[in-house]
Amino acid sequence: MSDATPNTLRFRVATEESPATRWALIGVAFAGLAILVFAPLVAVFVEALADGVAASVRSLASPDAADAIRLTLTIAAISVPLNALFGIAAAWFITKFDFRGKAFLITLIDLPFSVSPVVAGLCIVLMFGTNSFVGGWLVANGYPIVFAMPGIILATMFVTFPFVARELIPVMIEQGRAEEEAALTLGASGWRTFWTVTIPNIRWALLYGVLLCNARAMGEFGAVAVVSGKIRGQTATMPTTIEMLYQEYLSVAAFSLAAVLALLALVTLLLKTALEIRHADQLAATHRH
Amino acid sequence: MHIEIDEISKSFGVTAALHPVSLSLPSGALVALLGPSGSGKTTLLRIIGGLEFPTSGRVLFDGQDATGLTVQERRAGFVFQSYALFRHMTVFDNIAYGLNARPRANRPPKAEIARRVSKLLELIQLPDIGARYPSQLSGGQRQRVALARALAIEPRMLLLDEPFGALDAKVRKELRQGLRDIHDTTGLTTVFVTHDQDEAMELADLVVVMSMGRIEQIGKPQDIRARPATPFVREFISA
Repeated sequence: MSDATPNTLRFRVATEESPATRWALIGVAFAGLAILVFAPLVAVFVEALADGVAASVRSLASPDAADAIRLTLTIAAISVPLNALFGIAAAWFITKFDFRGKAFLITLIDLPFSVSPVVAGLCIVLMFGTNSFVGGWLVANGYPIVFAMPGIILATMFVTFPFVARELIPVMIEQGRAEEEAALTLGASGWRTFWTVTIPNIRWALLYGVLLCNARAMGEFGAVAVVSGKIRGQTATMPTTIEMLYQEYLSVAAFSLAAVLALLALVTLLLKTALEIRHADQLAATHRH
Repeated sequence: MHIEIDEISKSFGVTAALHPVSLSLPSGALVALLGPSGSGKTTLLRIIGGLEFPTSGRVLFDGQDATGLTVQERRAGFVFQSYALFRHMTVFDNIAYGLNARPRANRPPKAEIARRVSKLLELIQLPDIGARYPSQLSGGQRQRVALARALAIEPRMLLLDEPFGALDAKVRKELRQGLRDIHDTTGLTTVFVTHDQDEAMELADLVVVMSMGRIEQIGKPQDIRARPATPFVREFISA
């Protein structure tokens, strides 16, 4: 009966690596994550709590910190929905219609990824600063863009524009137009088709894009630093305030604010994971087709 | 419903998908548009259904000009090549979609919709799959659900784009009979696109052979077999 001994040890699936290689690869991945992601995150929290929880909370309650948190949340609350809207429109336009210059438009959407945020900020200053024609007129009429909230929103939106569109375009290309066409032949209006067929099919990609967009919108530094002028209590966002506090050797205050920013990012990540677990069956049904 | 294609042409940019073609499809017929890929058969089907608009020419339904009717107004039951079932909806919701999409004034009440959906599920001989998602169905089941969804809107005609294309040979044979039965019960003018001459000859009352955006021959299967009109037809049906 020696024939019956399974010889799985000697033969393995072609795509499978040997145990040693597997553990080595997994080990490298974990070590990388630990050094590059986990350790700095822990360090931020350790530094924030260096003088105890009370000191940390006190620094966050200071008017400057509170204003920065409020401003950053406001900026995200305005720019993320707008970018979601623009992202859906752009992805829809690119994937559902054929037109000349499509490739150019896709490149244009990617532009914010390749341009340095500082350059983007400078462009906004050049366009809307007091020395420019448009900016001068706007300031004269009481609508300053640069060194004010509108400029920060513009800068944030420029930097975070690609996130939603980039997530949606591949998904929408893969899904094609057939389901929308089917809805139309069944008598649904374009609007109804959009809400009952298009949006449900892209909702996970949309959610993912929005979360990435949100994380970046709250964390954007370069472009905002240029256009905002970093006026404390007025145009200083969380990232710029953190930098200023750090430069002033107020490390507990700087790291406490940094910890809050990191926590906001972690919360969005947890939210996404929770949603994924809760809708796992639907998620599987939508992808496996 | 009688469908009349009057000198329809269609070009995409500089390439002509259809040279002016004319065709009369008698009410209640089961018609096959047969041809190789690129022959313009799917374009013609989509023009009838209102998914494409012709560059020139007219479409007439029962003698009425329907060229300007929107896809919704045409009320054509359309079965897509890969079925295009709504993947995030159950089979029940897929079939009920067209009824739910109706304006409130002539939308049937919920109970009536449920009754109609279960009747359609019986018609396609899959009474118990209402709660499943499309991804949980076999290819043949998906095709039948797509057919039921198209029938739910009480269409004026049935249009099918390669309805058996993605299925294996055995299932294909079964479903051919299924389509024939559904056509005979509903009496709807039915047009299906295929590149498979066996399928066209076995199933259709009337076969339209197309090539390069032109109609090569229109006739009953036995007539086309006995007297192919052009060398192309002779070669294509003997393949």
